[in-house]
Amino acid sequence: MLEIKNLHAGIDGNEILRGINLTVKKGEIHAIMGPNGSGKSTLAKVLAGHPAYEVTEGEVLYEGKNLLEMPPDERARDGVFMAFQYPIEVPGVSNAQFLRLAYNEKRKHLGEEELDPLEFKDLLKERAKVVEMDASFMTRSVNEGFSGGEKKRNEILQMAVLEPKLAILDETDSGLDIDALRIVAGGVNQLHTPENAVILVTHYQRLLDYIVPQFVHVLANGRIAKEGGKELALELEQKGYDWLKTTASDVSGAGARTN
Amino acid sequence: MSTAELLSKQEYKYGFVTDIESDVIPRGLTEDTIRLIVKIKNEPDWMLEFRLKAYRHWLTMTEPKHWPNISYPDIDYQDVIYYSAPKQKATKASLDEVDPELLRTFEKLGIPLTEQKQLANVAVDAVFDSVSVATTYKKKLKKHGVIFCSFTEAIRDYPELVKKYLGSVVPTNDNFFAALNSAVFSDGSFCFIPKGVRCPMELSTYFRINNSESGQFERTLIVAEEGSHVSYLEGCTAPKFDKNQLHAAVVELVALDDAQIKYSTVQNWYAGDEEGVGGIYNFVTKRGKCAGRNSKISWTQVETGSAITWKYPSCILQGDNSIGEFYSVALTNHAQQADTGTKMIHLGKNTRSTIISKGIAAGKSNNSYRGLVKVMPKAENSRNYTQCDSMLIGSNSGANTFPYIEVMNNTSSVEHEASTSKISEEQLFYLQQRGISQEDAVSLIINGFCKDVFLQLPMEFAVEAQRLLGMKLEGSVG
Repeated sequence: MLEIKNLHAGIDGNEILRGINLTVKKGEIHAIMGPNGSGKSTLAKVLAGHPAYEVTEGEVLYEGKNLLEMPPDERARDGVFMAFQYPIEVPGVSNAQFLRLAYNEKRKHLGEEELDPLEFKDLLKERAKVVEMDASFMTRSVNEGFSGGEKKRNEILQMAVLEPKLAILDETDSGLDIDALRIVAGGVNQLHTPENAVILVTHYQRLLDYIVPQFVHVLANGRIAKEGGKELALELEQKGYDWLKTTASDVSGAGARTN
Repeated sequence: MSTAELLSKQEYKYGFVTDIESDVIPRGLTEDTIRLIVKIKNEPDWMLEFRLKAYRHWLTMTEPKHWPNISYPDIDYQDVIYYSAPKQKATKASLDEVDPELLRTFEKLGIPLTEQKQLANVAVDAVFDSVSVATTYKKKLKKHGVIFCSFTEAIRDYPELVKKYLGSVVPTNDNFFAALNSAVFSDGSFCFIPKGVRCPMELSTYFRINNSESGQFERTLIVAEEGSHVSYLEGCTAPKFDKNQLHAAVVELVALDDAQIKYSTVQNWYAGDEEGVGGIYNFVTKRGKCAGRNSKISWTQVETGSAITWKYPSCILQGDNSIGEFYSVALTNHAQQADTGTKMIHLGKNTRSTIISKGIAAGKSNNSYRGLVKVMPKAENSRNYTQCDSMLIGSNSGANTFPYIEVMNNTSSVEHEASTSKISEEQLFYLQQRGISQEDAVSLIINGFCKDVFLQLPMEFAVEAQRLLGMKLEGSVG
């Protein structure tokens, strides 16, 4: 589904990703871990098409297509979804209005009939159960006045509505208390099917107790410094990231493919 | 594609010209011009007196060119045509006698006038250049005692009412443009809602300027008697010309005890091209008087057109407990200039006013809010709440806020909030990441920004206003 080959990217002329190689197949859950500044969030944003980041080398194939050539809205309509670390507020635009517009854009893209507000309301009500959100959230402005936890749940609600093929969750666990974390993780687990894939970007192992990845990749200095199964996350939990920093620079041709 | 490239592709869809024979008087303005207008319109002597008084005063006044935040070349008032009317039968027994070319024009503008096609629940007075060509639903309204007709008919059929209220809110010597309008105004709409009547439908006037050389000077007078209610809509468009046309209107509203007037405008005059060539100079005086106790006047405006907008719909809160409201969206793009806002004059006790202004400036346009809140000594326990938000799009546009606040007693309170924002790259990216195109994302953000104002508009107008804003801004972020 996704093939990242020797990806180099940065912002304002500073290179952050220095040759990422990663393959994600449908049905898989991958965790990208690493210390602050290792390039985890940059990778997520580059995949989603954030305009501030520049790709300087390498390629990304998504279902055989050149992902990097597609504008962000086209990637989204084609099934790439990113849950934001800091969801953005859109004053005066209701959650329902925003979600219906996004949902209908996707339907149009697939050549399907758009849903009217009433039909969409029913769908939204159904999907909202995934993250245990009640109706009052739908009439409120997008993320405005939402608590940190509500914002993150709202991200997963959007994922539930849009049903992406590839979901990239950028530090979705940050700032969540244990109850919210359980709801958010439960939502992601419900939405995961053999037909789609999830990339979890996270600093802590904690999230991985709830969403269990098959593959764990550890980033350091813009390269994949270590890869393994879910037990790698536990090892990191015990040892921390410091031991990686010293070894990361020594890994040549970083990111040996695991699959 | 860059901002400018995308924007220049925006077509003004109302820019067509109707090819119709018109009665036009020679350009220029003297007392003889006024006598000629009075003669053509067959007006009584008191109207001639009213006009001449205004004209003589106008001669002593200077154009307000310095205090507003706008600039334009000098207008040669002797080069303007002050009366232009499509040739047609003097009296029209029914709409069937209206020139089909005019009916087609209004139909093309989305305002069908013929019986079969009339808009449901909205009565329309259609004004073409200097005259009203048709008014719909007149008979139905008459059954409820509501008078809705052209100003010309009002002077002929209801002289006592016109005499009583004309100039009672905006005196002939009020300001330069109001004086000019009082001297030469050619037509407009007159609405009278009698005591206790809730007007059964929306009333509206659609203004169309067609002649490239003529100015449009129309007059609207709405009187709501004790306990009556009315909602009035105003729409306007003009063809695309390289020359600027002058539009100097006066609108007067009078609300007696317990009466309510809601006045909504969607202004879409031709704004000129991206370099600022052509477009309407919109110099308009709009004022409402809450003359009675517990009366309420509410202005809602969506200003998207005109090369220059100079306009301050105001409320004089004379009756105790009266309420004044002003909800405004002013959008400028390209080289447009807008200096617009309101005046809330609190005279009566316990009077309340609310001002919500949303200014959006794109391109190299300049958008200013100018508002006066004045609380007089006797207006005890009065309150005002003002919120002025500006949104800048791109880095070449400008937004200003000029609030004037005068409070002359110590029991009243005035609140003013202001903000300036930009559409951020992060906001756009967020919406795009959900599959929404950049144009739709901008439109969504702008509509959210203006929501408090759009909520005040009647349903159909709100939809039209949202669509219009989206269209005007398409591609302005890039």
